[in-house]
Amino acid sequence: MIETNTLKERLRDANYIPDDTLTMALQLSLDLKRPLLLEGEAGVGKTEIARALATMLETKLIRLQCYEGLDANHAIYEWNYQRQLLAIKAKEHDHTSSEVIEEQIFSEAYLLRRPLLEAISQPASPVLLIDEIDRSDEEFEAYLLEILSDFQVTVPELGTIRAASIPHVILTSNGTRELSDALRRRCLYTYVEFPTLERELQIIVARLPNIEAALAGQIVRFVQELRKEDLEKNPGIAETLDWAAALTGLKMTSLTDDLDMISASLVCLLKTETDQKSITREVASRLAGKAA
Amino acid sequence: MNPPLISAEHGPVLTRIAGFIDHLRLNDFKIGPNETRDIVQRIASSGLGTSDTTRLQSKILLAGNRDEWDRYDDLFEAYWLQNGRQRQSIQTKNLQSNSSLNVAHGVWKEHFSPDQPDTNSETTTDTLDGGDAADGTRGKLVASEQTSTLKTDFRKFVDSNEIAEAERLALRLAKAMRNRLSRRYRRTARGSRLDFRKTMRANQCHGGDPITLIKKSRPDRPVKIVIFLDVSGSMKTYSRFFLQFVKGLVCEWIDTDAYLFHTKLMRITDAVREKNSVKAMTKLSMMIDGFGGGTKLGQSIGHFNSAYAKRALNSRSVVIIISDGYDTGSPEHLARELGQLKRRAPRLLWLNPMLGWRDYQPITAAMAAAMPHIDHFSAANSLASLAAIEPELARL
Repeated sequence: MIETNTLKERLRDANYIPDDTLTMALQLSLDLKRPLLLEGEAGVGKTEIARALATMLETKLIRLQCYEGLDANHAIYEWNYQRQLLAIKAKEHDHTSSEVIEEQIFSEAYLLRRPLLEAISQPASPVLLIDEIDRSDEEFEAYLLEILSDFQVTVPELGTIRAASIPHVILTSNGTRELSDALRRRCLYTYVEFPTLERELQIIVARLPNIEAALAGQIVRFVQELRKEDLEKNPGIAETLDWAAALTGLKMTSLTDDLDMISASLVCLLKTETDQKSITREVASRLAGKAA
Repeated sequence: MNPPLISAEHGPVLTRIAGFIDHLRLNDFKIGPNETRDIVQRIASSGLGTSDTTRLQSKILLAGNRDEWDRYDDLFEAYWLQNGRQRQSIQTKNLQSNSSLNVAHGVWKEHFSPDQPDTNSETTTDTLDGGDAADGTRGKLVASEQTSTLKTDFRKFVDSNEIAEAERLALRLAKAMRNRLSRRYRRTARGSRLDFRKTMRANQCHGGDPITLIKKSRPDRPVKIVIFLDVSGSMKTYSRFFLQFVKGLVCEWIDTDAYLFHTKLMRITDAVREKNSVKAMTKLSMMIDGFGGGTKLGQSIGHFNSAYAKRALNSRSVVIIISDGYDTGSPEHLARELGQLKRRAPRLLWLNPMLGWRDYQPITAAMAAAMPHIDHFSAANSLASLAAIEPELARL
């Protein structure tokens, strides 16, 4: 069992600044060996936590990006038909018996491992990231249930493949669809909020070591204020980082310096037309004034 | 996995934890025996720790979705820290706009039998010794006074003919806007046509001989209804009737989401879905604590936009708002929120009971602000006028 504080330190070393809730959730998920379901707005660092976990545990990160229409062939395994056909053709003149050919072409060499099968056949526990599970269909969710509870996959021609090691599973969802209760019950649930001021500042400093402390503070306060405005799409941490990088690139030292530059660079933060219209020069200058 | 960790001396703690799990279940948490086992093991192996750590741990283990996640802290505090007493003081201070009220009510609802709303005697005794921390579930009955005075009993309003009629009408309307077929084909197990492209792909493993046939058909594209019902003071005479109407719309074979609003918004789909009509109505009257208060249309719709819209609306949604448009919030706010809503929902219907009155003009500031966003505006003061919107719905 890893202590909460050590876990926090180790995540920090992996270049991820977690908050208490997330650390606790990760710790419970590691202790109980249960999948962790993270929900939250886009850009709060849900996917990043899986990367950090993989770095921290020094293990492989296997990612399955979900989309509408994702099926077992693309998520679990598929036979490599082209290679099988070629093998049959090549062996036609060898007078090999059909049983032998069949034995050969339905062997592991001809199996294409998709992320889920790949994840359970690793010698050491990998981190399995199932990203944006809410985009997949309900049928796929049902496949997932079997894998997440038993960690085994049945390939009719080969038999059942049991997990060599149980992967650390992290699922993320943006809440565009209600997930089934069955799936939720198999996971630990955590809602990830936007970071607090201190945490966001730490993140910026960790990711952009060259940034001036004063500017970093102003940027974070500005973004925090901006999230309180009535926006369609709140800027996430990635947006904050982009903006910070842009401002350092523009050699800015303070947000109050050059208002034109600030409003122009807001394209890094505001991603819809309405939002760009609603944050006018006046609003931007008011926010910058507050942040300074 | 480690049963020896829990011994007989843990008895009182275990009872208390069991009481807590019960308390959560009363508040519609979906918790099975597995979760209970996890939490007990957790506490047994790592000790109780500070209340913050325990709260966080149990929250991650027990909450299963956003809604439960957000309500958890209040419920935890109500059970473990104040025995429900703080809740009471909040209630007296702020009767109409406190959003944690529902949370509190959920706890009590099983304690009232529908025929005996007066629980004053119980309340007083429990308030007196509510501080007894070792006692398993005692804290629950505190703070019920407001409930009994504020409870508006829908069952009394509803006469059985009206129920039947309103529900039948709603079913007919739902039928009118029911399934439409998509133009595209998708793979289905038993389709009407062959999907050649997918069949070829699937039969690559048979060397191209079509052994597995893959079918396709045009999937149903059911219309989704999202209905908002105004239950503020000015709508009082109509509310009971519309509630039946909403109950009719939330039926098994059409995807309907129902919300009530007055000064705040609440989702009632699950409460309405209750088969037992009496039980459903009891549940609802518990929920509507601000019944008869003012209206904040803009704020309520705004809450919907931020919390539910993403999930509840799609390109085949029909939004129905039943309200008289008497709003205490600002019309600009309403217009802005409706504009947002309109971007996600292709159709917006507004049913106004006042419109059926002679000489009524929709000139309230809120109505005027809302008009540009409304696709269809019609009267809804009688069954006949509701029936009249059927062709409009069928046309969608």
